[in-house]
Amino acid sequence: MLQILKMAFRDLGRNRRRTFFSALAVAIGLALLMLMSSVINGEMGNALRSAILLQSGHIQVRAETYDANKSSLKWEDLVENPDTLAGQIETLPQVKTATPRLFASGFLSTGDESAGVQIYGIDPDSSANDPYRQGLLSGDFITADDREGILIGQPAAEKLHLNVGDQVDLSVNTSNGDVLEQVFTVRGIFTTNTYAFDNATILMPISKAQAITQTDNHASTIFVLLNKDSDTDSVVAALQVAPSLEVLTWRDLNSLFVEFETMANSYIAFFYLIILAITASVIVNTLIMSVYERTREIGILSAIGMRGGRILWLFLVESSLLAVGGVILGWLLGYGAISWFNVGGFYIGNMGLSGMLVSNTIYAEPVMNDIVSVTIMTFIVTLLSGLYPAVTASRLEPVTALRAEK
Amino acid sequence: MEVVKVENVTRVYQIGKVETRALQGVSLTIESGEFTALVGPSGSGKTTLLQMIGCLDQPSSGQVYVSGKDVTRLNRNQRADMRRGHIGFIFQFFALIPTLSAYENVEMPLLLNGHSPSERHTRVTELLKAVDLADRAKNRPDQLSGGQQQRVAIARALAPKPALILADEPTANLDTTNGQQVMEIMKKLNQETGVTFVFATHDPRVINYATRVVTLKDGVIENDSRVNGK
Repeated sequence: MLQILKMAFRDLGRNRRRTFFSALAVAIGLALLMLMSSVINGEMGNALRSAILLQSGHIQVRAETYDANKSSLKWEDLVENPDTLAGQIETLPQVKTATPRLFASGFLSTGDESAGVQIYGIDPDSSANDPYRQGLLSGDFITADDREGILIGQPAAEKLHLNVGDQVDLSVNTSNGDVLEQVFTVRGIFTTNTYAFDNATILMPISKAQAITQTDNHASTIFVLLNKDSDTDSVVAALQVAPSLEVLTWRDLNSLFVEFETMANSYIAFFYLIILAITASVIVNTLIMSVYERTREIGILSAIGMRGGRILWLFLVESSLLAVGGVILGWLLGYGAISWFNVGGFYIGNMGLSGMLVSNTIYAEPVMNDIVSVTIMTFIVTLLSGLYPAVTASRLEPVTALRAEK
Repeated sequence: MEVVKVENVTRVYQIGKVETRALQGVSLTIESGEFTALVGPSGSGKTTLLQMIGCLDQPSSGQVYVSGKDVTRLNRNQRADMRRGHIGFIFQFFALIPTLSAYENVEMPLLLNGHSPSERHTRVTELLKAVDLADRAKNRPDQLSGGQQQRVAIARALAPKPALILADEPTANLDTTNGQQVMEIMKKLNQETGVTFVFATHDPRVINYATRVVTLKDGVIENDSRVNGK
């Protein structure tokens, strides 16, 4: 075996340039796979984190009859005494924070411009609202007792030409189906770096939202953030809520995202196949060339008694060495590409995905399991690519091989 | 003792619709220790007969025995095993593995036969000395002259101590001096070790070394004579 390894190594060294470019093909293939999987991980992870932090939370407790698509405000569709329930939920050790939120539909207008918005009634003091607080671009954050102030997302503010201190008319649907109108003052402009959210959301204290929508001491949901994603199921199991309420997890609340991820994974698998097929064709070509160039040598080895199986091994060892070299180089290139990609990230702006909270800038997040998977895939494809040339070599009749031109 | 026995062997090549009869009912017996030359013009069938005896090819009909074993219908692996254990080859084009040193080329058949490292070292050193190349052991083929390469090939052929060495035009690519040197070495090894040599040639200088000359023409043996070689 050692002799075969030595021969294979020296055979690869015969045409160093060709060997280098073949290993480079493997390396580029692997680096692309690593970068792709890391970017997808980054994008998906980011979208999921955004969805959890900004919209769904890890868990929501709401009325069984609540229809999120209609932002229902009927009392029977809402959670009564939400502060009490939130306080109870917060006593669980896995829970980071639990806070009531009231959602309503509204219409902002500034004379010339108008836009439909989603109103978030929030508890300004809750740490669940830190993403908005930290994303404040100008002005001040709203306070719990503010009766006229709102926060508005940056794209919506730009669209309506609103600045801090400006006044704006807000028409809101109420619990009994009426529409109430009130003038509000823009206290601050925020960004979550998520266009779809920032473009259509305004924030106000929940007490004011309850007042204007006439929902009294009710909330659409209890928004719960956990210390760890993995605690979700244990918290759901521990929650004791009234029969009229239901407990939904981030998986239930982001079903579109889950479906999108499944679809994206299919496309990614297709791209993986293309990249691997290109890599494989380069390796097959290299080794087939090598077999043709060394036909007479194969005849000599056969003449001195080397069995076909050993000749097969010789070529498989060559493809293994190519694979090892390519994989090492691929890791260097792959991690280099990921590091380069993450210098400032990759700005994608508004991707126009409705229902998905994708950040404006994506980063690559390498996950060791995925990196190991694509590495093994590349290694196996390279080995399999070597199989056909190896079988061709092992099946050469010595008398035919010996006749070959040098 | 018979090392080679060929009985009524024919070899027919079918190329498209054209049928070529390279051997037509050849029968031949070669005894141990003989130094036999197969001679004849190009296309007479010498190389084909050598390939039949060397288990590199199989006859269309007839029987071939090597060291008493019927090798006519062996499968690929069995033929490879037969070559590895019983037959050494020397080719016109030297036929060394270019990536291996002279030492490693000679060592290769011993490796394939599963000899221990110390056995291999002893045997390779002894053989390289016998062909006067002990000082070139580490050189690769491209660092050796044609004559030196052919001497390495002789050492390699002898390495597994075969009963039979087959040489196909062993001096065809060598100048007079090197050709003579190679023949002297083969003759000396034949006399010292008793190994049987069969070589295909049409070089009269080579034929002079033979103790038996088998002349082929158009795939049949035309003449078979014992001579007093050098």
